[in-house]
Order: sequence, then C-alpha cells, then structure tokens
Amino acid sequence: MSAKEEILSRITSALRDAPTPGPVPREYRTVSDMPEAELIELLVDRLEDYKAHVDVVEAADLSATIAERLKDASSFVVPHGIDGTWLADAAPAGDARRRIDAPGAVLGVAELDGTDAVLTSSAVSIAESGTIVLDGSGDQGRRAISLVPDHHVCVVPVSSIVRLLPEAMQRMDITRPLTWISGPSATSDIELERVEGVHGPRQLDVIIAKGL
Amino acid sequence: MKIALFATCIVDAMYPQTARATVKILERLGHEVVFPSGQACCGQMHINSGYMDEALPVVTNHVKAFEAESYDVAVAPSGSCVASVKHQHPVLAERCGDSALKARAEAVGAKTYELSQLLVDVLGVTNAAEQLGSHFPHKVTYHPSCHGMRSLKLGDRQLDLLKSVAGIQVADLPEADQCCGFGGTFSLKNADVSSAMLQDKTKNIESTGASLCAGGDASCLMHIGGGLSRTKSDATTLHFAEILASTLDEPVSVTGEILVGKAGVR
Amino acid sequence: MSNVFMGMPTLPVFGDGNLHIEEPFPAAAHRELGNTQMRANLRHATHTIRDKRLKVVAELPDWEQLRDAGSATKNHVMANLPALLEEFETNFTARGGIIHWARDAQEANQIVADLIREQDTTEVVKVKSMATQEIGLNEYLEEQGISAFETDLAELIVQLGHDKPSHILVPAIHKNRTEVRDIFLAEMPNVDPNLTDEPRLLAMAAREHLRRKFLSAKVAVSGANFALADSGTLAVVESEGNGRMCLTLPETLITVMGIEKLLPTKDDLEVFMQLLPRSSTGERMNPYTSLWTGVTEGDGPQNVHLVLLDNGRTAALADKYGRTALNCIRCSACMNVCPVYERTGGHAYGSTYPGPIGAILTPLLTGIKSEENSTLPYASSLCGACYDACPVKINIPEILVHLRGEDVDSKRGEKKLPSQMDLMMKGGAWAFSSGKHLGLLEKGLPLGKLAGGRDKKIKRLPGIAAGWTQSRDIPAPPSQSFRDWWKKDHEPVAPINEQEKLTK
Repeated sequence: MSAKEEILSRITSALRDAPTPGPVPREYRTVSDMPEAELIELLVDRLEDYKAHVDVVEAADLSATIAERLKDASSFVVPHGIDGTWLADAAPAGDARRRIDAPGAVLGVAELDGTDAVLTSSAVSIAESGTIVLDGSGDQGRRAISLVPDHHVCVVPVSSIVRLLPEAMQRMDITRPLTWISGPSATSDIELERVEGVHGPRQLDVIIAKGL
Repeated sequence: MKIALFATCIVDAMYPQTARATVKILERLGHEVVFPSGQACCGQMHINSGYMDEALPVVTNHVKAFEAESYDVAVAPSGSCVASVKHQHPVLAERCGDSALKARAEAVGAKTYELSQLLVDVLGVTNAAEQLGSHFPHKVTYHPSCHGMRSLKLGDRQLDLLKSVAGIQVADLPEADQCCGFGGTFSLKNADVSSAMLQDKTKNIESTGASLCAGGDASCLMHIGGGLSRTKSDATTLHFAEILASTLDEPVSVTGEILVGKAGVR
Repeated sequence: MSNVFMGMPTLPVFGDGNLHIEEPFPAAAHRELGNTQMRANLRHATHTIRDKRLKVVAELPDWEQLRDAGSATKNHVMANLPALLEEFETNFTARGGIIHWARDAQEANQIVADLIREQDTTEVVKVKSMATQEIGLNEYLEEQGISAFETDLAELIVQLGHDKPSHILVPAIHKNRTEVRDIFLAEMPNVDPNLTDEPRLLAMAAREHLRRKFLSAKVAVSGANFALADSGTLAVVESEGNGRMCLTLPETLITVMGIEKLLPTKDDLEVFMQLLPRSSTGERMNPYTSLWTGVTEGDGPQNVHLVLLDNGRTAALADKYGRTALNCIRCSACMNVCPVYERTGGHAYGSTYPGPIGAILTPLLTGIKSEENSTLPYASSLCGACYDACPVKINIPEILVHLRGEDVDSKRGEKKLPSQMDLMMKGGAWAFSSGKHLGLLEKGLPLGKLAGGRDKKIKRLPGIAAGWTQSRDIPAPPSQSFRDWWKKDHEPVAPINEQEKLTK
C-alpha cells in the first residue's frame, strides 16, 4: 500500500464514528459601505501604525511624489508594466537610475541586492488591517523585485481600497503568486515587542493616489 | 419560590456557615429552601482527576438526589460545582455510555443556578443593602473564580452584589482574572506550579490593603486563605454569601463569625 | 472518498519525533520554576502579548462570529479530510507542484533529504515550521551531512544558542534582549563587537548574518499555515521577510505540512487570516503573507514540492473526544494566557508543542502511554483561559480532562499496588455517592478539629497531601456539618408569601 493510500485509509477509519458537522455559519462582516474618504483615513492610520510613510495625493501629483520618495535612491527597479507617466519626474526614459525588470530580461539577485529601491503598483488594499496585496501583475512585477531592495515605494490606487478582508478576497485571483504586505519588515521575536526592519524592505513608502 | 439548596461537599463539611448564609439570604427574600438529603458532591474532583469510573456513582447520586425533591430551581454557592453539574455531568454520562443518565443530568443541570446567577437573573436582586439589608463595614477585595467567570460567564454579578452592600469598600484586585492555582488535585500533583500561582494571588491581595478577599467558591477561598494564613497575612477569605448575609443586627466579622444574635438563621 | 478498506492498518498509528517527553512534567516544572531570569522574561513577554491581543480583538465587532466560522470550518475539514486532500493534490499537481505523502517523521525526513540531494547541495535555508520541528528534520539532515539554516530571528537565537525552542511562535521567548545580545556576540561570525541589546540593532545583526545565505541558497524548506483545496494554494504567514526570501529566491522549495492544515476554499482563508494574526502576535495583520499555487513561470521556485505528513494526526483524529485538537492553527494564544506556561516556560513540556495545546496535542499524537507524556494533561489548573482565547474554540480543558481519564483507565489493567491518588479516589467515590455516607463521615469532623490545635490550622499533612501543606494551611474543620445543623437546628420557615396565602 502506498503512503497516500495508507494515510487516506487511516483517516477514513478514524472518522467512522464521527458525526456530520453542521453548516459553517458566516455571520461575520463581508461587505462594508464605508465612504472613500473614511477608507483612506483608516488605511493611512493603519499603515502609519506599522511605521510606513504614507502620502495621499491627486493623480496629477503622483509623478512628483514618486520622484520625491525616490530622490535618495541611487538606483531603483521598476516592473516592466509600470505606467511610464508615473516616472516622468523621478527618472524619465533613459535615466541611468531606472532599472527595468521584464520577462526575458530579469535582473539577477545580486543586481537586485545592489539596487536601492523598488517602485510598484498594487492590486488591492484592506483598510481595516492596513494590508496591501501584490499579485505579480505587470505593474507589480515578480516577487523578488519587491523583496530584495531595501526600500519599497508602493502606489495604492484609491479604487483598489476596500475596508474588509472578505471584500478584498473577492478581488484576488488566488492562484497568482500573492504577497500581502502590512508595513515594513518587522519582528516581535525579542520580548514580543515589535521592531521594524529585518529581512524584507526596511522602508515602506505608500502613495495613495486619488482618481486612480 | 421553592429553592433546593445544593450545599456542595466542601461547604457541607468544611464551611457550613456559607450554606447557612445562603439559606438566610433566600429566606430573607421570602423563599422556601429545601435541602435534598441524598446529596453529597458533584463529582468534579473525580472527573477532573480522570477517575471517570469512580465519578459515575457520584454523579448518579447527585442526579437522583435532585430528582427526588420537588422544587422550582436549585442553587449552589459555588460556580465550579454548578459548572460541573451543568457541563460535566452530561459529558460523563455520555462517555460512560448512559444516554438516559445524560438526559436526566441535563434536566437537573438546566434547573441549577450559581447563587449570584439566581439572585440577579431570577430573583431580581440588584441592591443588597436595600433588598437584603446587607451591611458589612470593611474593606474587601474580590477574586472571580475561573469556572464561574469562564464556564458560567457570571461576569460582574458577584462583584456588583458586593458593591451594593452598605458600608463596604471594594478595592480592585490586580490581575483578578488570573487563576489562584487551586485546580483540585492539580494543587497536589503539580504543587510547585500551584504554589507559584498562589503566591502571586496572595501578593496581589496584600497589595490592595483589604482585610479580606471575597469570592464565590469555597475551594478557591480555602486555597487562597491557606496561602494567606501560611504567610502570616492579616487578610483572610470569605464567601460573598456570608457578606450578603451580614446585617446591622447580625453582623459577620471579617473571619466569618456571626457576632451578635443567635448563630442560627432566624 | 477512497474505499481502500482492504488491508486496513491497525489503528491508531501514533507519531514519532520530538514529541516524547523524558521527564514527568512536575519534575521538569520544578526545575524550570527555579530559573528566576526565565520567569521574569516570560512574565514580561506574556503580559505584553496579552494586552496587545485583547486590544486588537476588541476592535473587531464580529470576533465571536469569526471564531464560530473558524471552528465550524475546521470541524468540516476534519470530517471531509480524504476528499479535501485528494482535491488539493489534483489542483496543486495540475499547476506544476509535486506531492509526497509521509506516514511518519522518518519517512518525511527521508523524502526531504532525498529532494535536497537531487539539487546537489548540502545547505538549505529554512523558514520557521512546527512540522519540521516536530519530525526533527534539522537533526536528521545534519546526520546526512546537510546543514539547515534557520532564518526566523527567534529560531536563529535558539540555533546559535544551542538551545531548544520554548514557544511555538516565539521560540526564544525565554531569552531577554541582553541574553540574545550575548548569544550573538559569542556565536555570530563577524558580528560588531560593540553590539548593544537594542532589539532593532539585534534584528539588523541577524539581517547581515543571513543575507548571503538567502541570496545564494538553492533549496529552501518551509512549513505552511494553510492550504486551499479548491485551488491548490499554500500560504505562509510571517513577519520578518525571511519567509518571503525562502519562498521566492531559491530554485527549489520543499514544504512540509500536516494533513490537517487544509481549508476548503479562499472564502475560508478570509476567516483565518483575521483570526490568526490577532491571536498570535496581537497585530491587525502580520507584516507578510505569501501565497503560491504550484509553479509560476518566471516567478519564484520552479521546483515546488509538498510533503503531506501524518505522524500521529490520524491517531488524534480517531479520538472522538480529542480530535478537535487538530483544529489548532498554531497561533499560541493559549500559551500566552496560560498561568502554568507563564511560570514554567515551554521547556517543561518537553515536546515541540508546549502550553495548553501541547498538553493535549502531544499525547494525542503519541498515545497517552508514551513515556512521560501521560503527565502532560495534568499540567493545568483547568482555569479555562486557553479555551476563551482559542480563535477556533478548541475546548482544551475538556480534552485535558478526557485525556486524564484515558491515563487513569490505561493504568487500571496494570497489576500494581494502587497509588495514594487511587485510594483517595476510591474512598471519595464511596463517601460522595450517597448523602448517608457523607453524613456518617462528617460525624468525625470534631476529630479533625482537634488536629487543628489551638490556632485551628492544620499545617502539615502526610503523603500526596504534603503538596498542599508545602505552601498552605488548612483550617480545622467545624464541629458540625451543614447537613447536621439543617437536620437538628434548622426549623423550617414557611416563606412570607406562603404565610400571606395562609392568612387569606
């Protein structure tokens, strides 16, 4: 008997006297009608609590804000699908600071390690827990680029913000490689006190963009 | 209302004044108290120690004793014993394969109340000074025993009753929700851990400056009181029923002695 | 459902690995209680986390509804495990992942070692995993000449300190910042000799130490917090980014997961991802959660393996009063609120799984007869704080009591002299099974009163009762029981309203 067959048969046997469980009650909150302004306020509060830096800007000011957040980076990586207009101020096409990661032209791990920052967009954000979800789409890139550089600048379009995790789940394609980010890398391993900055990006700048 | 008193074994044998105070309170409210004579113990010590075979006759006896008497509700001055009657008895009966006993135990359990539950939820007592004449001019603190707090969800019923006693001063107990470390035979099998828990509890009681720690379970109070006594503390322990029973005419001392009047119920 | 009833294995088949405690709990607890530094560290840490947890739990108006959903979902999973496992395997495999099944610790260890060898490497990076701790994977790999580097900060502290984990979430919870600094100074190559004990600087030292390993590792080993059957998705919940490093950079990823970790769909994940972070670190959300479904071309590991582990889980599942222990999501809330754990620490429990959940899970996985594991269910005052805190509502006190019963019953057959406890319980059963018996015994109360002496206190008792009098007195009993007083002195009073009725 294979290990699989044996384990499955052990389970079947173990459950012989098990009662049929009742239905799963789903009386927790799954929808919310929080107005946009409050959603933004809640998300900002949560992210700042995690020690992230947060800007809330109009779409027209996005490029300038990105340039401001990236001004100290001697180099930064962007995924191939990022909106080019976002970079108009920070690094117009041809700028040496800008490194593009694209399928077939990926940056090596050492190269990423030698890059100061990364700019990505995001798929969906959960205001109540201060969580930003990346799903590997073209404007977010593969997982390594938002992990290895020490400074992550992340754009959150206001239209992608929801209040509750169940609302966000409806917008996620669960089979994509997903990364849920709630603040910069942190640890509570010493005396259960949270301190920021271990292996992931130690600086997280979030730009919440209205009108996007 | 006709109320059957479940005295519990420890109160019956070691703290009869707690049961007498319970009777006194209920009669003062105008109710008839009966004492089903077949009763002995809820069997919790056996169940919690894993001696299920030995627990079965104890549980069976309790169910029989309370079936033998006619009453509206049963009451015990103990959260722990009531939790056992309500929750453990049916489980034990099922484990021993006695589904008839399980149903009977559930019926008895459904009619059984912890004293503060009965006073507040059924008899509508919210002000002990006004409704019971309770008077106790001492500084006390209060330990909410685990089973009353967590299994029966008594909330602040006992504490609120205490606060409504005339003349009383109630000091908050730091880390009140922490177990005193009794746990039945836990205090014997894991005496070191139990003692460490007790030490923190008695220190917290001392820190309040209260002359006594009140509670709703004689077993926890015996444990805490034993620890206070060993450390030569001035503080003692007392069941909240005895504080509620204390009046201007028949005051109860901080050590539970009835100071004036006949040491009876009348 | 599979119908392989032919050649049914004899059940239950218990687990093996770092689950067998060698010292009875009371003896281990006695030793640990003497470590005052550890007790101070634990008190500080557990009290910190309790406050944080209460605060973030209170923020959610639907916390109890989430607990209800979580609990019911897990019961549903256990009842439908064979079908869900098959469904998961189909979906995970369809997306390029490879599944391995392991009956026990030994089989799982061999599978992992073989997979590592296939990649021509002798080094792996690891992200904290209870399952690999349970099966003793690191020790096994070391025997095979493979070095496993723990990358979670607390695991790193434990590994560098040649220590053992004492908590499932924060394995180095028993160490304070100064002790961590000292371990780093002594054991971490190239560490700054001026390192202070500031947690932020300690975390940065760990970052420097592990960075090279992450960037060059070919193989990573992980656990998993959840697996979604209907999509074949795995999830790892973490804080530091070491998990992301392990799950993203190496070409090969080997995940070891207990069979009970499944959830049916992503709708269930939304429940557990609200319950878990708030219950474990007391955060609204943990910094990082990674989800992957098989292999994604051009993103992350291209060789993705999953080892599905039994190792006693089916034995636990066969225990009808104990099986809900498998609902555990390893949040550690029960140990953080446990007054026993707070004082003894995790080492006293002698198993990978300490605290209240460990006191039930360990003997369920190994069987109650395994060495000293029978002492674990007694390591609780049954205060119930764990049940209140458990996000999936495992009735830990009830299972503790059930396992005590299993222990007592398992010893009934043995032809040994009855213990003092046995005699006490037999005597108690006689006394407490009849009001007459108890009444008779109570006639002896005045004798006990004599034993109390002048101050009416009993200060020393023999045998097992000496445990009581080591730190507590007992009041001398009264001269008359309540029962006796009721019979002799209590004149029945007709209630006021009855009297009123009579006068009418």
